[in-house]
This record gives sequence, structure tokens and C-alpha cells, in this order.
Amino acid sequence: MAINHSLFIPLFVVAVATFCFSCYQRLQLVAVGASENRFDNPAERLAGMFSYAFGQKRVLARPYGFNHFFLFWAFMLLLVANGAFLLEGLFPSFSLAALPAPLHHGLEFLFDIVSLVALVSVAIAFVRRVLFPPAYLGNDYTSPRSGEALLILAMIATLMVAFFLLNAAQIAMGQPGNWKPVSSAIATFLDGFSGRPLESIATVSWWVHAVVLLLFMNLLPRSKHMHILTAIPNCYFRSLDKPNVQPREEFKVGNRFGVSKVEQFSWKDLLDSLSCTECGRCQDLCPAHNTGKPLNPRRIVHDIKVNLLDNGSALKHGDRGVVPLIGPQGEGSNHEDALWSCTTCGACTSVCPVLIEQMPKIIKMRRHLVQEKARFPEELLNLFENMEQRSNPWGIAPSDRGKWAALLGERPFKAGETDYLFFVGCAGSFDSRAKHVTVALATILDKAGVSWGILGREEQCCGDSVRRLGNEFVFDKMAKENVALFKERGVTRIVTQCPHCFSTLKNDYKQYGLEVEVLHHSELIAKLVEQGKLKLPKQADQGKIVFHDSCYLGRHNDTFEAPRAVIKAATGKAPVEFERNQENGFCCGAGGGRMWMEEQIGSRINLERVKEALKQQPDTLCVSCPYCMTMMEDGLKDEGAEQVRVKDIAEVMAEAMA
Amino acid sequence: MLVISCIKQVPDTTQVKIDPVTNTLVREGIPFIVNPYDTHALEEGLNLKDRYGLRSVAISMGPPNTEATLRKACALGVDEAILLSDRAFGGADTLSTSNVLSAAIEKLGAEESVGIVFCGKQTIDGDTAQVGPGIATRLGYTQLTLVDRIEFLDLKRNVIRVRRKLEGRHEIVEAPLPVVITVVRELNRPRYPTVPMRLAAQETEVKVWDNSVLKLDVETVGLKGSPTWVSKIFSPERDKGEIIGDGVGDPEGTANLLIDKLLSKDLLAV
Repeated sequence: MAINHSLFIPLFVVAVATFCFSCYQRLQLVAVGASENRFDNPAERLAGMFSYAFGQKRVLARPYGFNHFFLFWAFMLLLVANGAFLLEGLFPSFSLAALPAPLHHGLEFLFDIVSLVALVSVAIAFVRRVLFPPAYLGNDYTSPRSGEALLILAMIATLMVAFFLLNAAQIAMGQPGNWKPVSSAIATFLDGFSGRPLESIATVSWWVHAVVLLLFMNLLPRSKHMHILTAIPNCYFRSLDKPNVQPREEFKVGNRFGVSKVEQFSWKDLLDSLSCTECGRCQDLCPAHNTGKPLNPRRIVHDIKVNLLDNGSALKHGDRGVVPLIGPQGEGSNHEDALWSCTTCGACTSVCPVLIEQMPKIIKMRRHLVQEKARFPEELLNLFENMEQRSNPWGIAPSDRGKWAALLGERPFKAGETDYLFFVGCAGSFDSRAKHVTVALATILDKAGVSWGILGREEQCCGDSVRRLGNEFVFDKMAKENVALFKERGVTRIVTQCPHCFSTLKNDYKQYGLEVEVLHHSELIAKLVEQGKLKLPKQADQGKIVFHDSCYLGRHNDTFEAPRAVIKAATGKAPVEFERNQENGFCCGAGGGRMWMEEQIGSRINLERVKEALKQQPDTLCVSCPYCMTMMEDGLKDEGAEQVRVKDIAEVMAEAMA
Repeated sequence: MLVISCIKQVPDTTQVKIDPVTNTLVREGIPFIVNPYDTHALEEGLNLKDRYGLRSVAISMGPPNTEATLRKACALGVDEAILLSDRAFGGADTLSTSNVLSAAIEKLGAEESVGIVFCGKQTIDGDTAQVGPGIATRLGYTQLTLVDRIEFLDLKRNVIRVRRKLEGRHEIVEAPLPVVITVVRELNRPRYPTVPMRLAAQETEVKVWDNSVLKLDVETVGLKGSPTWVSKIFSPERDKGEIIGDGVGDPEGTANLLIDKLLSKDLLAV
């Protein structure tokens, strides 16, 4: 078969030029973003890139991910095959046959088998999309059967079929096919042909393969399949910390606060938007989306991308974009109701196969609304004022903070004398139900011989809610004051009974130079159990216990085992699990400052979770967070299931010790 | 035209305790806040600024640390903040306070006509509700107290119509400018400061007017100008109640007991 090089070469040059131009245009768009350092720790970044991108770690977390895994690796290997194919088209003398025979044969075999794998994967994908699409593939702007998705599948299938026909025709014409088992098998069907028809099949297949390949390449940067180009770098540039720790802001006259225009996002945020594969997994797990709120994390990323593309040419020339980033619903704009629906549970960021950071983008936009516009749901006005004036969400007098300890006597923290600062937190100090947990934990620590002390009225709110709500200015002040207080008082170890305090002190305060050991009470109790410091004379009979994961303990801090270990030690058996548990756990609805807001749109998140709990017919619903406690108790009341008790793990343990 | 909001820095009374021995307020370590009613006075001044283009000024009499309260007003958007502070103003009751505030308003009025003076209906530390009416009396302005709605402001005819919130009824009143309006909480929802405004407020100048500026007779200000004399402050004794009935074991009987008790004390009408 003779290739018409003089026809192919100009075609190739044009296709490569347009491809490069498209990529350059997209890169220019990414470059309009604000600077952000994502270049540190190259070794860690590379390791993650291999595991997430090449190892497809998160893709494989769901069964169907295997299909993508095969397609991905087929793609990687066929890059070599297609590279050789293009070179053959450009240079008459180029051929892989010039390689040493064993290598050449090995490659021929590999390409042949891998092409079949790709073809089968594409067929499975096609059948899944058309006949058995999971609900989360579609949404209000795309469907599993979207033209683009099916076109891409068709193109890949065409490439594979053309590859096989080309090889089969060449084998039928007498080329050796020993190392191409699939092509050889197809060649037997071409037995009836000879001479010119075979020649035609080969030539047509070659050109179909060539043209589709060049078209495919050009389609990538202009479609959701841009992820083929951006996903790998996106994994490299991922956030090395848990992505819910947001960058600090500098409060200086003339600075901007938060994001109201797409170009105020960092370049990584914009790269994220071009990397979305539209797999829909974030949408599938999002508690807000699942309860009929206008928030869809995938839509947030999509709208940022559309906004960037629509405003792109203006932005590249230093002009202003016309499509508002925050505005009435419409492609390219994020509705404020969507931004306020987020519970910051982190399900989206922890499930995304290409490590897009959806939730942090929401916080950035909240920061703009709160700090530059003072626009937020009206319930938050009280919260913000209470936080600023009295450093707790309810506006209770700070002098009442240490009152819960009255029964236990004065327990001040003294550096050098007390092992742990017990950072009680606002709920633990003021909420009448959570105070029981505080006392339970204090009792456990006393019985285990752990010395602890509190700051009493000097303790302040950690600022979790205000930070997640975008009120970074107030959080900044609180964090600085708390860190200064910890340093002044010589605190080196902290135990909290609230995952929000825990995560904020442990992760967020690192940005303020706090480097102390911070433990959630589940971790400390589990440690005491392990060290045999807790005497457990009886096993607490709590009936059937179902354990609900707190997002800020579990997903945001990977602490899944400790609370379960505590329950097991106290009751002698492991708790029953929710259908959605651990990494896939479902928020109670109170994170991200939602604790202090009305839930007026859609159904209630806590009811959804309580209904899921009731499927297990539990006697006790066990939690490890005061917010979850409130939400679950309220939910059970609303469901008329008050026979189910809600208990914190500390209470379960304290009862076993009594 | 000016719209002036009078604000006061008060101790956060939810955190104030009375020293049982000396019968004085324990102020140590108690944070100061803007008197909650005054935040509504401030907000309405800003509303009128936004809607009618009036120039909004916040004034406060108090010790030098009151500057913090005025900076908050700046962060919310007032055009000018003036602190009335002088050792001679210290220890003032409501009469001498209204003397100082009136003098400041008069001085502002000499430069630009005053349309409306807003005050909170009362402060949460003194609870007298006298300073607003006092200013109106000293200046001869019309006095509109307990306002919960501005019906309209007509700058052509120089009149304002407001709704007063009285016990069990509302009263709609129209008055010629200038007026002193004391406001209740229902009037508006105070805004929240934006960060750029807060940062700018850090650098805004808060003018300080002492008595060399106001030139008041020292016999009419501060302790000397205060005929009110506080002889004693104390927490009223409260009798501890009794627990009757058994709400868990016999909710119905307990509810009946409660109703009987309320009826016997004449707290419920049959």
C-alpha cells in the first residue's frame, strides 16, 4: 500500500497547527488566573500524579472505573502506535520494522491486543451510556447520551476498526501477521478478496484512521475531552493539604477579597474547570444536590469554565468580561443560593478522580459576597455579630463559658502541669445537650489519669463557621488571637470534642504558625483504650448502634477508625454501618456554617440521613460531633423516631466505665 | 442636608455583674458595644444617605476609647464621625449629655442645614430614653419618638412622615424638618460592614471636639451640669420559685396545676 505523502503532509501540518493553536488559546485562558504556588514538593506531586493519574486510583474506587482504567492505558500505549503511524505518513522511509525484531514483534502484538481492549471498552461505555446510564451522569446541562460523549466514543471505535482493517488487509495481501492475532483473525474474513480490493480496503482504512485521528486531536481542546490533556497535570498540581484549608487573605487597603470575577480565581482553579471529565461523581455524593438544592458541584466547575470561555477573549486583552460569575442562574453564572447551599462536607473534593477542588471555589465566592458586598442570608447577621462581640455563635456571655465545669471544680490549664488543653468549643461549653458530652469526656480523662485543663472564659471560638462562610476577615482575627493565646499559655497538646474545632486548630491554624499536637477525643480515647488505661468493668448496652461519620473528622482528617474502635471497646461489638459510610459518608447538613442557617430549599439533609439510619433499625445513633448530634436529634424527632437515642462516642464510653 | 445619628458606646450589659458589696457595676474586662438601639439609628441615617443623598454624620459623647465605636460607624459608611470628648463632659446625666450633643448638632447645623437627628429609643445601660427628647427640646426640633417606619421624606416640602410604635397601636405622624427621631429595632436591619470599608475606616480621621470647640458653660456639662444623683444601684432580690407536680409522670395533672396556679395569681384571664 502506497501512502500519498504529499497529500498527508499538508493535512498533518494544518491539523497540528490548529491543535497547537487551540491548546495555546486554552493555556492563555488559564494564565489569566491569579498566581498560586503549586510547584512545591515535586517528589510528592509526582508520586501523587502516578497514583491518581497513571494508577487511576480514584477512578477505580467505583466498579465501572475499571473500564476507564483499561481505556486510559490502551490510550497511553496506543500513543506510541499512533506516533509511529503519523511518522509513517510523514516519512516514507520510517517504519517500526527497523527496530530489532523481538521488540518490533512485541510492539505489534501489544498494539493489536490493546486495540481490542480499547474497542471492547468503548463498546461497554457506549452500551452503558445508551442503555444503563447511572442517574449522576446527566444533569441540567448534559446527558449521558450527549452528542459529544457519543461522538468521542464513535471516533475511538472508528480508529480501532480502521486500525484492524488496515492490518487485516495487509495480512491478507501477504504481510506476516504472526504477531497480530486479532488482525489475523479478521484477515481470514478477507479471504475472498484479493489484489485491488484489498489494496483499496487498506488505503481507505489508512486514510480514515489518519483523518479521524487528526480530527480527534483537534476535538480534544474544544470539548470535555480536554481532560485527556489536562487531567495528568491537574493531578500533579493538586492541593497537597486537604483542600478545605483555604489560602489566607491579606487585609490591606486596596486588596480584593474573595472571587467575583473569573480572573480572580487562581490559575489552578481555571485549570480545574478545563479538567472536568463530567463523570458526575461529585454531583452523586453532594448532600445539597441530593436534597433538591440549587447547588451542584459539577455545575460550579462547569459554569466557571463557561464563564472563562465566554469572557475569555475580553480577559486576554485586559478588558472586563460581560458574563457575571455570580448572578442569576444561567450558563456561566453561579447563583447565590447555590453558593450558600454548600455544607463544605468535602464529598466532591474527595471523590473527584482528577482532584478538582470544587468546594474551595464556593468558599472563594462566599468570601466575595460576605466581605465585599456584605450580602448573605439574613440569619447570618446575628451569627457574625455574636462571633465578633462574644466569640460564640449564640452571643452568650463569654463569662459563662467555663460554667459547665462547676461540678468538677476549677480545672484551669497550667503549662507544664497539665498534659492536655481541653479545648471545649462553643457547643461543648454552651449547648445544653453537648455539655453532657463535655462532662463525659472530662470523666473519662479523669478516670484514665490524664491531666487536663481548660481556658475557661478566656477560650474563644475557633472560627470554623465564619471561615467556611467566607468571613475570612473575622476568622483571621480569631485565629491570630487564639494562636497567640495558645503560645502565651504554653499549650503543646490539645484535645477537642468537636471535629470542627479539631480540624480548624489542627489544619487551618498551621497557616498561623501553630504547630502543636491536636487530637479529637475519639483519637485520644482510642489511644487510652489501646494503652489499657481505661477500665471497662461492664459493656455498655446500647442495643444496635449505627455510627454516623462526621465530615470534619472523617473525610477532612481521614479519621474513620478511632471512633469505631471506641464504640467497639465500650460495647464489645463494632457498630453497624450506614449504606453511605466513611469516605462516602453523607453530611448531617450542619457544616460550612449551615448550622446557623435556615434550610428553605428542597428537602432537609438531616432527614435524608436519619431515614438512612432508620433503615438499619438502630437503638442508638452514635455521633462524634456536636453539630451531627443536633441534626440527628432534630431529624429523629421530625421522623417520629425518638425511641432511637443519639449519643456521642464519649457518652457510650463513659457509660461502659460507670 | 445633614442626617445625624447619635450613638453611644455601652458596656455589653449581658456580661455586666453588680458587685454585691459596693453595689456598683463591675466593668472590669467587660467589652464595649454600640448601644443596640443606636445601631438602628445609624442604619436609618445611612439609608437616608443612600436614598436621598443626604450627608450622614455620626456623633458620640464619651471617653477617648469611644473612637472605636465611631470607627465602626465609619466602616458602615458614614461621611463623617465626630467624638465629643472632654474631661469636663464626664459623669454626665441625660440633661448634660443632651446639652453637649445639642451643641455639637448646632455647630454642624451652622455649616449645613440639619434635616434629621436619629437616636436609639434608649440605651441599654441607662434605660432612661431621655436623651433624644432632651436634644429635641434643647434645639427646638420636632420630636418623633419610638419610630418603626419612615413613611416618606419629602425634601421639596421639607416634611417627614413616620409611623410610631405605641402600645397596641401605631400612630402615623407628619412633621416639618428638622426633627429628632428616636427609633425602635423594628425600623430596619442594620447592615454589616464590608472589609474594604473596615480597612478604610482604620485610616479615617475621627474628629474630636472638646469643650474648646463647643464652648459650653462648664456648669451645664458633665457631673456639674447633672441634677440627677444615683444614690444606689442594686440587683433586685428574686424569690426562688417552687417545683410543683410531676411533668413526666402526670403531664395532664401538672398542666392543670399550672393553670390553677396562674389563675390564682391573676396572671391568666378566664
